[in-house]
Amino acid sequence: MSATPIDLPRWADAGLVPLVSVAAALVVAGLVVIGIGESPLEATTLLLRGALGSAEGISFTLYYTTNFIFTGLAVAVAFHAGLFNIGGEGQATIAGIFVALACLWLAPLPGILLVPLAILAAAAGGALYGFIPGWLQATRGSHVVITTIMFNFIAATLSVYLLVEVIGKPGSMQAETPEFARHAILTPMHELLAPLGLKLPATPLNSAFLLALAALVAVWALIYRSRLGYAIRTVGANPRAAAYAGISPARIIMVAMAISGALAGGLAVNEVMGVQHRLLLDFTAGYGFVGIAVALMGRGHPVGVGLAALLFGVLYQGGAELSFDKPSITRDMVVVIGGVIILFAGALDGLFRRLVAGLLRLGRPA
Amino acid sequence: MEWVQTIAVVLDSAVRLSVPLLCAALAGLWSERAGIVDIGLEGKMLIAAFASAAAAFATGSAWAGLGAGILASVMLALVHGFAAITWRGNQIVSGVAINMLAAGLTVILGNAWYGQGGRTPSLEGPARFPDLTLPLGAWAREHVPVVGTLYDEVVSGHAAPVYLAFGCLLLTALVLKRTRFGLRLRAVGENPAAVDTAGISVAGLRYGAVIICGALCGLGGTYLAVSQSAGFLPHMTAGKGFIALAAVIFANWRPWPALGACLLFGLLDAVAIRLQGVILPGIGQVPVQAIQALPYLMTVILLAGFIGKSTPPKASGLPYVKER
Repeated sequence: MSATPIDLPRWADAGLVPLVSVAAALVVAGLVVIGIGESPLEATTLLLRGALGSAEGISFTLYYTTNFIFTGLAVAVAFHAGLFNIGGEGQATIAGIFVALACLWLAPLPGILLVPLAILAAAAGGALYGFIPGWLQATRGSHVVITTIMFNFIAATLSVYLLVEVIGKPGSMQAETPEFARHAILTPMHELLAPLGLKLPATPLNSAFLLALAALVAVWALIYRSRLGYAIRTVGANPRAAAYAGISPARIIMVAMAISGALAGGLAVNEVMGVQHRLLLDFTAGYGFVGIAVALMGRGHPVGVGLAALLFGVLYQGGAELSFDKPSITRDMVVVIGGVIILFAGALDGLFRRLVAGLLRLGRPA
Repeated sequence: MEWVQTIAVVLDSAVRLSVPLLCAALAGLWSERAGIVDIGLEGKMLIAAFASAAAAFATGSAWAGLGAGILASVMLALVHGFAAITWRGNQIVSGVAINMLAAGLTVILGNAWYGQGGRTPSLEGPARFPDLTLPLGAWAREHVPVVGTLYDEVVSGHAAPVYLAFGCLLLTALVLKRTRFGLRLRAVGENPAAVDTAGISVAGLRYGAVIICGALCGLGGTYLAVSQSAGFLPHMTAGKGFIALAAVIFANWRPWPALGACLLFGLLDAVAIRLQGVILPGIGQVPVQAIQALPYLMTVILLAGFIGKSTPPKASGLPYVKER
């Protein structure tokens, strides 16, 4: 991405550079913690204990991880095609509307039909909302970045309108739909694992986590092992060469944006079908933007995305526990860390490559 | 003359609502004209709103607030410049990062300092900009029909940052079009290699543009927190930075049309507020959300080339690499 590439061994490029930028981001976060008069060491201990110190903490961490896997993969797939999809929030919002409508309208169906149909509806809603900016870029030349920004706001106002005026629960003070039928929701993990003799505390972690793991594998197979994935990567690397090789960049842009949107729809599956069991306003809660940090940190590779999503899962859950113990450190700290990681791993990539190159040269015997 | 009064009141609130948009749009215009795409306008306004409210509360002076707001916003702008100019990073990624940083930092600091869920304490007296009354207002209202009322209601009676913002508009138009600095700055956004060949520093000009962009966002954010509201509220910019971005696109990266776009978007906002719950004959109740979504929708339609054409500066978004 940087204009003057600095030669680094592949392991350093894929592992060390993101690691150094994350470490630097955590240092910045530590400075903010000092700035508000708390101890970073104590905060880190509380955070890690809250995220990983108990079965309940780990379950919550994995529930957040599920969200970040979906939004991170969404950004990553678009990245491979050379597109910057910052519309994850909007795509997930539309997916949420689709999934809620499916769960409410198709409620007479048995669960075995209803659940897959609702998941497909989420994917379709997200895909449609990602496809339109892709189509606009491919055929009308409007840039995906700007259109997806605008689409985020359009989706947000649309969901306010629908929840307040059309599909909202009558008589409710909150903008929300009625609760879904019992058979329309995803099985919580503690119920799923109970027959196997595993006793977990009741947490929001649900079977969408398994879906997220499957998505990681599927995206890996798609990007690195399929004809379409090859076309996507070729268009991302050099659209003109791709066109010369007989790949239509316009078609790939639309397909990649649709896949990206469908993956962002996974956020709606986890939150709406798995946790809230109804559609709420602003259920996306910024997960779409953190997905950008996840994808940048994970270098667009599903393994990296999975690990980065886990890191952010730890930060989210640990941050929630931390803000419980230390009210002055709110969960917004995670947003700051996300922002700094995006800055360091994405925009200041060149600086960190230079730093790592310097470090490696130091370690080498002269 | 009831309707004149109604129109004047709506126009007055349209001006008030469009001022933060105008500041941010001018900021975006400076930056993008120099070839630096900036989607971090929102973040810079937000940090300025927070810093200005905090400083105005601490010092009891609205002007100190303005200084702090501009300073905070310029600092963030320099971060963007460092990433985009010095390290030739991805400008959009950097903008996203700045928006997230500002959204998180303002709430954390606000919560840690004041413990009111991220708000600053409310500002009173000299900590807020008072409304200035221009001369002859009352006289004109009485003696000049229509125009007098409009003058008294719409032109007069705003706080200092409003007039500052319009001054910045005038200055922007003049400097960009009529001065050597402006010409060079526009050239850097179209063809940086040519500017470099002429022996002028591309990085220097771009840093200059980024700093001006920061200062203007600072003015916009300060207006929001210290003039329009009596203090900072979390996420109080609420997408204004992005509407401003839309206004820049609408205006085809030119100052005066930017004013038109901002006034239009401000007017839409003002109308949306007034139409809440009103039933129009023949149409029924217009959903407020439809009007709120209009600027975004119009931008998408414009960008798709269905109305008019938008032509961004040629080199915008591209880091400049000197040939070796």
